[in-house]
Amino acid sequence: MKTFGGPALFLDRADINTDEIIPAKYLNEITKQDLQPYMLEDLKLAGFDPQGEKTREARVVVSRANFGCGSSREHAPWVFEVNDITAVIAESFARIFRQNMFNCGMAAIELPKEKIDLLFSYAGYPDTSIFVDIAAQKINVNGGGKGEVLPFELSPFDKALVLAGGWVDYADQKY
Amino acid sequence: MGKTIAEKIFASHLVDEPFAGTKVVRLDVVMCHEITTPIAIDDLIARGKDRVFDTGKIKAVIDHVTPSKDSKTATQAKILRDWARRHGIKDFFDVGANGVCHALFPEKGFIRPGYTVIMGDSHTCTHGAFGAFAAGVGTTDLEVGILKGVCAFREPKTIRININGTLSKGVYAKDVILFVIGQLGVNGATDRVIEFRGPVVEAMSMESRMTLCNMAIEAGGTSGICMPDAVTVDYLWPFINSDYPTKEAALKAFKEWSSDPDAVYDRVVDIDVTKLTPVVTYGYKPDLVKPVTEMAGTPVDQVYLGSCTNGRLEDLRVAAAILKGRKIAPTVRAILSPATPQIYREAMHEGLIDIFMEAGFCVTNPTCGACLGMSNGVLADGEVCASTTNRNFMGRMGKGGMVHLMSPATSAATAIEGMIADPRKYL
Repeated sequence: MKTFGGPALFLDRADINTDEIIPAKYLNEITKQDLQPYMLEDLKLAGFDPQGEKTREARVVVSRANFGCGSSREHAPWVFEVNDITAVIAESFARIFRQNMFNCGMAAIELPKEKIDLLFSYAGYPDTSIFVDIAAQKINVNGGGKGEVLPFELSPFDKALVLAGGWVDYADQKY
Repeated sequence: MGKTIAEKIFASHLVDEPFAGTKVVRLDVVMCHEITTPIAIDDLIARGKDRVFDTGKIKAVIDHVTPSKDSKTATQAKILRDWARRHGIKDFFDVGANGVCHALFPEKGFIRPGYTVIMGDSHTCTHGAFGAFAAGVGTTDLEVGILKGVCAFREPKTIRININGTLSKGVYAKDVILFVIGQLGVNGATDRVIEFRGPVVEAMSMESRMTLCNMAIEAGGTSGICMPDAVTVDYLWPFINSDYPTKEAALKAFKEWSSDPDAVYDRVVDIDVTKLTPVVTYGYKPDLVKPVTEMAGTPVDQVYLGSCTNGRLEDLRVAAAILKGRKIAPTVRAILSPATPQIYREAMHEGLIDIFMEAGFCVTNPTCGACLGMSNGVLADGEVCASTTNRNFMGRMGKGGMVHLMSPATSAATAIEGMIADPRKYL
């Protein structure tokens, strides 16, 4: 099972689509590793630099509603994975992106808007880190000398996929 | 309590319910293209499981970048081609026979009412036009589909959209679906099937129904879906005439795949389209929709007519009727990508290709082309395209480019004027 946690990258906009996460022109790459330099290349957001230190150090992404909408490209979870980002926490997800994350053994965690707002209140601290405990279904956020523990809902199937390491291994044993 | 068509399809295809709320269904068709399949193939090989669940139920096409433009895309095509040959997949469409997957596969009669269909492509929802449950998935779901012939879903609820009234001159399925997306919002149908109902849908051709269902994903929908009827039977008749003695018999069988009158819906939306005018998108999300009259005069650099949304013969006929005897503006470049070889040839026989070329269009081979800025028709920074495609995301057609989504008629009028134009004055 993967581990989920570390420095957080805050992307403060709804409807971030998979073209912004990984532009189509890079879909000609044959290996996941080759996608590594292009993460979030086309995302235009105040204060966000796709090549910046904060982006490169991030292990968790926090964002708003309908994250990962648009194209079905699994290259979006993959480009996060090869940049060591294994969890995205958002107010809601587009279906295909959400399923792709769990299918890869990664985590797409939904929290209500007020909890997402609370996480965003940590965006200004340079030392903010977030850890996701899948088994206990809890998020630990720490930064600026304070911290919180936030429980989250997770469908038993998605939890089983994360624990199994993804859908191929799970399905291969079962079907 | 009655059932929706989606519920009937799920019940008849159920393999397992590993947890409450998760349904694993048997797949009737698994479709593959050269962008999202090669990594699944490589992973199956790496796992020592280079197998396919049923060679007859797998369909494959090279369509996104074709003919290949460079070594990397040639390698993607080769991985898919070698795999199709290795496994004896007879429904594999290569250069010369290939076209946009969501236009080509219906044209070949691969989709039937009641089917479950997946593809590693978000616009797979198109095939719901035939009364099928058709969902776009990622590469891992595709990989399991190829290997095991199953896919897991949270069983979607259904939003029923009754499209009432009559369409005015110059208003088409594309205007209707853009208007619907504007109403629902880009995540208004997440984890939902969108059922398109009502007299306007019943009067539509299969091509128009495919345009409707194609963009269900732009509202977050899992699948669009239309009730199978006599129009569906007529379209599929060449492929099913040995399965049923008469069209009436086929219709009776197909009608089994209809929502019951007392089916329960998540939401019912009534829309009257009588006063709907041609519409155009204005921002970087497909739910940002305005009447064309409010956007008229916006200069464009490129016009693109094609894609799985609007590259079918009906679309070409509508655009050609406007372009006949006219020229595109000198400030604009216009590109037509007929969606399949059959559409291309029929358009040639009808004289449509001559009309487009006389007007100043470049006509490409069938391909996904400019829609996703991966091969031809890419925009330069700051350029604007009037497009019959499905996504206007920032950078979609090229970094720094802007896309306005519209119908084939509106794109033709726009090509003539070099700026966004109301098609009704040309009809």
